Amino acid sequence: MLRLRNVEAGYGRLKVLHKVSIHVDPGEIVTIIGANGAGKTTLLKTIAGLLKPRSGEILFKKQPIAGCPAERIVFSGCALVPEGRQVFSTMTVRENLLLGAYVRYKRRQKSLVDRELERIYETFPRLKEREGQLAGTLSGGEQQMLAIARALMSGPELIMMDEPSMGLAPLVVKEIFKIISQLRDEGKTVLLVEQNAKAALSVADRGYVLETGRIVLQGPSEDLLENRDVQRAYLGRDLDSEIRL
Amino acid sequence: MSVELFFQYIVAGITYGIIYAIVAIGFNIIYNTTGIINFAQGEFVMLGSMIAISLTPYMPLLLAIILAVIITMLIGALIEILFIRWLDSPSVLRMIIITIGLSILIREVALAIWGENVRALPYFTGNEVSSISFGGVHISPQVLWVIGVCTVMVLILQAFFKFTMVGRQMRACAANREAARLCGINAKNMVTLSFMLSAGIGAVAGCVVSPITYSQYNMGTGLAIKGFTVAILGGLGNSMAAVVAGLLLGTIESFSIWIMPTAYKDAISISILLLILFLRPGGLFGSKEEMTLKEF
Repeated sequence: MLRLRNVEAGYGRLKVLHKVSIHVDPGEIVTIIGANGAGKTTLLKTIAGLLKPRSGEILFKKQPIAGCPAERIVFSGCALVPEGRQVFSTMTVRENLLLGAYVRYKRRQKSLVDRELERIYETFPRLKEREGQLAGTLSGGEQQMLAIARALMSGPELIMMDEPSMGLAPLVVKEIFKIISQLRDEGKTVLLVEQNAKAALSVADRGYVLETGRIVLQGPSEDLLENRDVQRAYLGRDLDSEIRL
Repeated sequence: MSVELFFQYIVAGITYGIIYAIVAIGFNIIYNTTGIINFAQGEFVMLGSMIAISLTPYMPLLLAIILAVIITMLIGALIEILFIRWLDSPSVLRMIIITIGLSILIREVALAIWGENVRALPYFTGNEVSSISFGGVHISPQVLWVIGVCTVMVLILQAFFKFTMVGRQMRACAANREAARLCGINAKNMVTLSFMLSAGIGAVAGCVVSPITYSQYNMGTGLAIKGFTVAILGGLGNSMAAVVAGLLLGTIESFSIWIMPTAYKDAISISILLLILFLRPGGLFGSKEEMTLKEF
């Protein structure tokens, strides 16, 4: 569904991504884990079209999308839930969702919007309760759900999420990850970027480890969870002290 | 002061106030989508009325006004496409200098086309001397036109931003440009649209007020300063507050004639502008918190 080949990108003179190649197959949850500053957000921004890659190839559904503006890429069925939620804080929850469905308005599928809205409210009953409230007044968890719901309103085949668990309470994180695996069950493809490696690997089918702009490791989630380097670096297991015992 | 005179001042205040408010709303619409102050806003008002005046000999008044508004909107779009659109993430200062330059350019072109003559649209109903009286208060019918048209325009704008998809898209761009793009909204087109909208409402205001205040190639400068004062007074970006602030400034100006020579009328808005910039840069209705989020 999505394939990146030797993608390089950065800001100004700073190169962040070095020859990154990844692929995501339909129906998968793929996660990219890595520390702060590894280039995870840059990678998603490049795929979403907010950032132009310097070189390399990005194919989405076999079509090259590298360098396309963000607004075009959404129309092709690839949606991004941006880092830090980025809801329209001065607008109501309902308005946020309707704007998410802009792609459908443009395609003159207005009747689909109401149906989709109902489906979304079923998945996120909290958002229905707060329908008329300004998005800026929601709690962090609710805003994250709104951001995910807004991206879903465009009816994407691939949904990319940038750190959906950031700054949220453990219980809320659990709920968010439940929703993510629910999305796969509905047939959506998810590309998940996370610092919370443990949670991400537990829902994902496959994973990539990104370190200073390079993919250093990849494989099925179970293998990565077992990998000692991953355990030490991202899962917080202190192998040195275990050996001493 | 007699009661009649008091109300006469009030009505005059509202008339000018609502025009200031419209100019301020024009500032706000562009500020909200781009983060810049378009100092050519007053020129849109001038263009609207001057074009309408030039068209009136050839067609009925209403048609001339509609055509003038459309032409001004197209000029607004053209300005954005030629001078703003292709800039790749320009600094605020650069954009402001561009709009100041544009205002001078438009003024000079207007001078070349229309000369220095003072012109005016005919009164929409009645003439210079006709008046409607409400219990001793004499009001020109044109004043009612100004107040009526502007009020309706403000209400339509509110409804537009609240209930239409395009209005929501514009607000989304104002709230979070990147997120709006991720929803598939073309932010650049929204900026063009905001220039068209500001130009359009400015032109309408210019047309309705022309019979009372007369039009000249340089009428935009004064209006821009008043409108800017009102926009700042209400809090940049807040259109409803701009209406209140506009009526306030209009009324203050109108009552100032009672205690000071008319010549000082314009000095008042400048003093208010300076005072508000020193004391409450967030505006009367703005919050400090909001101010810290703004670029300037």
